[in-house]
Amino acid sequence: MKFDQPAGQNPIDQLKVVGKPTDRIDGKYKTTGTAPYAYERHDVAANQAYGYVLGASIAKGRVRAIHTEDAKRAPGVLGIVTTLETPRLERGMMNAAYLFGGDQIQHYHQAVAVVVAETFEQARAAAFLVAVDYTPDAGKFDLAVEAKGAPPVPGDSGEGSGGDGEERVGDFEGAFAQAPVTLDERYTTADESHAMMEPHATIAAWDGDKVTLWTSNQMIGWGHGSLAKILGVPKENVRLDSPYVGGGFGGKLFVRADAVLAALAAKALKRPVKVALTRPLIANNTTHRPATIQRVRIGATKDGTITAIAHESTSGNLPDGDPETAVSQTKLLYAGANRLTAMKLAHLDLPEGNAMRAPGEAPGLMVLEVAMDEMAEKLGMDPVEFRIRNDTQVDPQDPKRPFSKRDLVGCLRLGAETFGWAKRNPRPGQVRDGQWLVGHGMAAAFRNNMVLKSGARVRLDGDGTVTVETDMTDIGTGSYTIIAQTAAEMMGVTLDRVVVRLGDSAFPVSSGSGGQFGANSSTAGVYAACVKLREAVAQRLGINSEDAVFADGQVRAGNRAVPLGEAAAQGALSAEDTIEFGDLSKKQQQSTFGAHFVEVGVDADTAEIRVRRMLAVCAAGRILNPKSARSQVIGGMVMGTGAALMEELAVDTKRGFFANHDLAGYEVPVHADIPHQEVIFLDEVDPMSSPMKAKGVGELGICGVGAAVANAVYNATGIRVRDYPLTLDKFLDRLPEAA
Amino acid sequence: MRSFTYERPDTAAAAAAAVAATPNAKFIAGGTNLLDLMKLQIETPTHLVDVNGLGLDRIEATPDGGLRIGALVRNTDLAADARVRKDYGVLSRALLAGASGQLRNKATTAGNLLQRTRCPYFYDTAQACNKRQPGSGCSALDGVSRQLAVVGGSNACIATHPGDMAVAMRVLDATVETIDAKGAERRIPIAEFHRLPGDAPELDTTLRSGELITAVTLPKPVAGTHIYRKVRDRASYAYALVSVAAILGKDGAGHVAFGGVAHKPWRVEAAEADLPRGAKAVTDAVFADAEPTQENAYKLKLAERTLSAALNQARA
Repeated sequence: MKFDQPAGQNPIDQLKVVGKPTDRIDGKYKTTGTAPYAYERHDVAANQAYGYVLGASIAKGRVRAIHTEDAKRAPGVLGIVTTLETPRLERGMMNAAYLFGGDQIQHYHQAVAVVVAETFEQARAAAFLVAVDYTPDAGKFDLAVEAKGAPPVPGDSGEGSGGDGEERVGDFEGAFAQAPVTLDERYTTADESHAMMEPHATIAAWDGDKVTLWTSNQMIGWGHGSLAKILGVPKENVRLDSPYVGGGFGGKLFVRADAVLAALAAKALKRPVKVALTRPLIANNTTHRPATIQRVRIGATKDGTITAIAHESTSGNLPDGDPETAVSQTKLLYAGANRLTAMKLAHLDLPEGNAMRAPGEAPGLMVLEVAMDEMAEKLGMDPVEFRIRNDTQVDPQDPKRPFSKRDLVGCLRLGAETFGWAKRNPRPGQVRDGQWLVGHGMAAAFRNNMVLKSGARVRLDGDGTVTVETDMTDIGTGSYTIIAQTAAEMMGVTLDRVVVRLGDSAFPVSSGSGGQFGANSSTAGVYAACVKLREAVAQRLGINSEDAVFADGQVRAGNRAVPLGEAAAQGALSAEDTIEFGDLSKKQQQSTFGAHFVEVGVDADTAEIRVRRMLAVCAAGRILNPKSARSQVIGGMVMGTGAALMEELAVDTKRGFFANHDLAGYEVPVHADIPHQEVIFLDEVDPMSSPMKAKGVGELGICGVGAAVANAVYNATGIRVRDYPLTLDKFLDRLPEAA
Repeated sequence: MRSFTYERPDTAAAAAAAVAATPNAKFIAGGTNLLDLMKLQIETPTHLVDVNGLGLDRIEATPDGGLRIGALVRNTDLAADARVRKDYGVLSRALLAGASGQLRNKATTAGNLLQRTRCPYFYDTAQACNKRQPGSGCSALDGVSRQLAVVGGSNACIATHPGDMAVAMRVLDATVETIDAKGAERRIPIAEFHRLPGDAPELDTTLRSGELITAVTLPKPVAGTHIYRKVRDRASYAYALVSVAAILGKDGAGHVAFGGVAHKPWRVEAAEADLPRGAKAVTDAVFADAEPTQENAYKLKLAERTLSAALNQARA
């Protein structure tokens, strides 16, 4: 199905199933241990051996020799595959670092060997017996140093943000020089780890020249092609299966060393091999969100109308890596005739920087929305009103392009009212509750909406069961449920009549999960397949498909009513289709919007920051399942709070690696950090996005929330910190003397 | 984890003898730290002597009005003990500020005293660390050191003792009781139990080979407000950036020890006379010899302000 006209009325609009708060249908499997993650799929292949990945202990240089004799003699060891005996493998799509093969070390903990044994413990113990000789090279590890002279480069996150190295509209410098009120500040954000619960893990088994990987991956279609390329086998000989994914956040968009080394080891040993990356390897062997150094300049008239806005960001990466697209939202969020955005890229020899939940927008809004708060204060304006003043209904870089649906103002106003913003004291450092300095902050949320081609197959069986198959993944987001809701709505059955099977490369290729494009795109694909199935059902029953009504488990036309299953009485009916998107998203800008409001307490003595309550109001088209959508938004708010307050991969700039490479050292928020969260969705549809009229919400929640936290800290203390995360050591010395 | 042999003796003396008799043997109780370290081959014992069968799990009154805490009393039980809560509140609060409920259920009193540093370079076996591998150097000195020691460190090591319980025991003047392979008992004042790194940072404590902790005794209760204030980057399940264990009167007079700042719980008794004058006078003296790195110099100000918060609490 080609989607190139705005959606009209369609069966989804009935909202009998879609749009209802619905428990996740995989929830009972998750909570009873019957939804096995990749590493626990003991039944898929007999005689699984265990691989343990050894990471390089230098950050840059060459492997001279790998001594495996002792390890090979260790108990239970079946074999060792080393990088030196493997030619450098091709890279999968959108990756800069080489995963394995050859003697070059590009970053710390790059895989140099996989040791395979009968048990995990044996493999791990033997890995410690492998001695590697290196010739280290000097590397570049300090972004602050390398940022000087970094050139502007184009870049694309692959997830809806990106652009040219420098983009200009009007005369920024001239307008900024003439603006009566200006801001020019520098900010930094830290390297961050996805730190998902389930580590990267794969079981690989070969059958002749065909290989199957039971793995944990967000993008089966991408992974399928990438693995075929990396392993040098035809695509039809590779199968990926990833029905349950214990979190990804962009860290599992790509094929990683676990999959490659499991496949290589299984081939070498002629036996199924399973490999999980250890927690330290997740920090340094895989990808991360790169640190940025950002500069924002805003010029405005005294009434708060922005006349000039510039946002520049510098990040680092390995050669062939992309810049963090941290300026993308600034092209679209606020009006202003004179504009400049730039992305600069420094060469760093740290592990690869790549997509992490809302790549670009998360660190970009962390900065832009603090700058907006600072500017509002300079103007003597309420920060909510300042944003409303500069709202735009068109793409500011291309005013012929309207937004398909943009109600940022509605989010801001409803949020302010619900949160009690009017009661906030605009003068910072004034509100005290016992030991706590109390502050309130807000920020706009913005995340682009991407639409991606997505396919599905739907089958109707004689008992009336509808089975959906698509290689779409559920990374903890609720894909199973919204896909089931879509099929139930389209076929006129209850949810318990729908079976959803996901994550298998044998199924039609979907959008996959990433860039908050999965929910809208994949359900639109299911919609398309169901349209075809409805036609097949009508035809089988001899009903004009235009007249057929699918409801209550029946197909009705005129005064005839037939149980749906009857259409498949003589054999299952199956239909497959792919939704393909035309240029609607080019003609009109599709984005999602929100407003975050946060109350914090800052300990007057110790500067500890504790969030007290949070509110997000979101406008993201039709909300397919308010329950799981809320979970996505509050999860994003937690993650953004982590970025604002504590999450930082600490770079050892001498040795070139992230030193705090476990979950004791890399702190993410715990329950005690997040006391109260509220989410409100505006009731809206966006007919330009898809037949579902939905957009993404999986990343909107993280966008801007960190800035709202930081702005609340400023309101509490009167101290502005521009280096994130906002840990107490960065402002303790500026707090008033303890009483 | 390397292969190891295992035994479970019946008496403390037998346990001590077993460790003394076997090179590279270790005691294991709760295992909440040791097992992690073994998996990472930071600890590589060849023989484990399981002390969980020794009893040593009672909290008893002592003749002089104090408490004797068996080495195997679990952290959860110690924190919840009515006598501890009533008379040694600083200890109960310190325990509850540490780890998680699950870990406290398993972790023991003696094991908590013996937990090893959380320095990131100690944990990465590819990095130089004198504590893990004597003579290899210290990557932390010019590396990531935000969490590390500001006082009492050396050119060989700036690791911290990561615990909370021991900081409270330090301010309570606890005594560690041990037994050795020959059955000889020893009483080690907590002040002398943990070491400074000096040029032998591989040694965390003054325990001798094979010496087994059997109990920790607390002297009779000290009046005052018992405070344990732990400052960290998140609200729970994090090591202290700085912690303050204090027993303070309404006038501020009392005792204070600091955690998260040194290789051992840090207390300078001579400075305590200044407590009624306020935090700064005390911390200036307590940290007079501090040599922080650029990354952790904030701990000095934080220690002062955290003590100030404790003094405010005591005066309120």
